[in-house]
Amino acid sequence: MGPRGRGVCAPRRGRDVRSLSSLLLLCGLALLAACARDTRPLVVVGSKKFTESVVLGELLTQLAQESGASAVHRAELGGSRILFDALQAGQVDLYPEYTGTLREELLAGEGVRTPAELAAALARRGLRMSAPLGFNNTYAIGVRRETAERLGLRTLTDLARHPELRLGFSNEFMARADGWPALRRRYGLSHADVRGLDHDLAYRGLESGGLDATDLYSTDAEVRRYDLVVLEDDLKHFPDYQAVVLFRADLAARAPAVVAALSRLDGRISEREMVEMNARARLEHEPPGRVAADFLASELGFRAEVREEGWGARVLRATREHLALVGVSLGAAIVVAIPLGVLAARRRRVGQVVLAAVGLVQTVPSLALLVFMIPLLGIGTWPAVVALFLYALLPIVRATHAGLTGLPADVREAAEALGLPPGARLRLVELPMASGAILSGIKTSAVITVGTATLGALIGAGGYGQPILTGIRLADVGLILEGAVPAAVLALAAQGVFELAERWLVPRGLRLGGAER
Amino acid sequence: MLELAGVSKHYGAVEALSGVDLVVPAGQTVALIGPSGCGKSTLLRVLSGLVMPDSGRVRLDGQEVTPASAPALRRRLGFVVQGGGLFPHLTARGNVALMPRYLGWTPERVAARLEALVQLTRFPPDGLERYPVQLSGGQRQRVALMRALMLEPDVLLLDEPLGALDPMTRAELQEDLREVFQRLGKTVVLVTHDLAEAAFFSTRLVLLREGRVVQVGSLNELVEKPVDDFVTRFVRAHRTVPVALAMGGA
Ligand SMILES: Nc1ncnc2c1ncn2[C@@H]1O[C@H](COP(=O)(O)OP(=O)(O)OP(=O)(O)O)[C@@H](O)[C@H]1O
Ligand SMILES: [Mg+2]
Repeated sequence: MGPRGRGVCAPRRGRDVRSLSSLLLLCGLALLAACARDTRPLVVVGSKKFTESVVLGELLTQLAQESGASAVHRAELGGSRILFDALQAGQVDLYPEYTGTLREELLAGEGVRTPAELAAALARRGLRMSAPLGFNNTYAIGVRRETAERLGLRTLTDLARHPELRLGFSNEFMARADGWPALRRRYGLSHADVRGLDHDLAYRGLESGGLDATDLYSTDAEVRRYDLVVLEDDLKHFPDYQAVVLFRADLAARAPAVVAALSRLDGRISEREMVEMNARARLEHEPPGRVAADFLASELGFRAEVREEGWGARVLRATREHLALVGVSLGAAIVVAIPLGVLAARRRRVGQVVLAAVGLVQTVPSLALLVFMIPLLGIGTWPAVVALFLYALLPIVRATHAGLTGLPADVREAAEALGLPPGARLRLVELPMASGAILSGIKTSAVITVGTATLGALIGAGGYGQPILTGIRLADVGLILEGAVPAAVLALAAQGVFELAERWLVPRGLRLGGAER
Repeated sequence: MLELAGVSKHYGAVEALSGVDLVVPAGQTVALIGPSGCGKSTLLRVLSGLVMPDSGRVRLDGQEVTPASAPALRRRLGFVVQGGGLFPHLTARGNVALMPRYLGWTPERVAARLEALVQLTRFPPDGLERYPVQLSGGQRQRVALMRALMLEPDVLLLDEPLGALDPMTRAELQEDLREVFQRLGKTVVLVTHDLAEAAFFSTRLVLLREGRVVQVGSLNELVEKPVDDFVTRFVRAHRTVPVALAMGGA
């Protein structure tokens, strides 16, 4: 068979498969190389996607490093549920958590009340908890320093003695059953001027003197920023949100020095110190690593080595991670989706099932899909790749199906009448003719995947989502753009590449269109 | 030789063919005529095994056409489907040479066969490298014909091979086609809805109506001895031209 007759598909499909498998091979080798180097115990620290958690994560990482472990920090891994699941699955060895979150959220419904019950519930899951780190990050009422000093306010009971003060609470705090209504009853607060408003507006009100007090979390950076006094909850109304370190019970066997080192943090971090660290990281945008290192130096007297990544290196790494996420998931999706599309076009019944199934995946919110992956695949690159792969299927399957079923009837009949068997008809006639449709499906998938991959950072897959996530956490537009702009450029580039590919892959006779008819 | 015996085929409530009996001896040309939707294309599909009849039997040179035998038999048929069915992603050469290349013919053999067909169908040789969209309607018909003839089939099934052409080109192609049939001595079943064209190619016209064979015979027989009123009306609809042709062609 001559080179012309073979059609356009066969050799190029081969090329796709080859480049995909070499990519997979590379990933595998990189993984092996990373594993082979180190004989120190590997300890994975996790943190949630807010500043305090990231700073504490850095602190734990440096402490583990100091205790002779090879520690990595999987920073900004979404919310509590993701971390808790990852810890149980062994994807993470330790992370900072709050007793209140454990009681009210993660172990809700188990009726955990006492510390002993809490420890038992954790032990059932193969987990342990450190002693409290010292600060309690719970709901609190903050008052302007000037007001507090003038009236001698120290506790919430003191607040009850001054009903003339103007209070402004976040809408959430006003609405929650355990918020303002319960607080008022507990302390017998009889203030007349109480407003529900946006949190930012409340801070602005405090700054301008239009308000005297607002609700906040006791270690918020805003406490320092607006120079507030946090009133003591002397009747213990608000639940305890003591910061602790959660870790896997098996860590004691794998890295005993790390577990022992945790005790060095017992009660060492006060609310004031945590506010200070949060303020430095969140308001002054100091790298969390440096903030944590300074604390360790002054409190525990050791000099941790802080790696700081420059702007260029950071973007380069994010680009590499993002390309790997998109490349592997999209490549696999192409390899799987085209045959699925062909199947769907060939068999009506199966086709409907296949189209419905890939369509169903698309209706799962991307964040939810990522979270579903954690129990199956843990955190990091692979669950993100699998989720992205599932998302990338639909446009390609649908385009392949539409491209094949939309072929002119006389052309399909002619191919059959010539005596070509079904496989040859597909390869020589139907796929080349549908190649334009299939490519535009792939193009759509590529653009979607580039965008969705930014969410991968929430489960530790890195990529352009990482600077975006950090930027949101720090309200730093520059940092958000550092992820968003390259992601947009990459999406445009993907589009451009597939438009070029169209010129190269779609047979000339189809591209001529009606122009020369 | 082609044989249909009691062939019926329905699509839902539509009887596309019902109880059709037809024999086409080897080397003969038969013209299928009838109004749109009367089952002409369906009859060709059944003959080629693209569609299996609900009942009745189809035989090609004595061999029964079944789902199992159809793929092999199809290579002994040259089929020009209605509309031509040229592959738009392949050049004229690619279209004609697709099947022999698939079957592993040597390039020399393909080239020699193409050369012969280009002469036979009077196709402009420089058109071979053009894509279907770059060819005229008449040239496309010739490519479809070359593609059907490429494997030297014994039987040709042509579904309106001259549809949608201007009268001049059509007349020219009709001449060329008739010469090809006579020269090659193939068994031909040709579909047309034009009585004049049918008479030009064949003395044996098969008139179909709603899936049934109404009358078989020469144009003269249809004109002189119509079996029913429908035949008369069908002939009358073509009155102006056939008068001259009835004298020359029949
Ligand atoms: N695949 C199909 N599904 C449903 N109905 C069909 C199908 N193929 C043909 N038919 C119906 O069968 C009847 C015969 O169709 P056929 O294509 O054989 O007509 P025809 O004589 O070739 O018409 P024309 O001259 O317009 O090409 C028509 O009523 C048509 O609608
Ligand atoms: Mg027809």
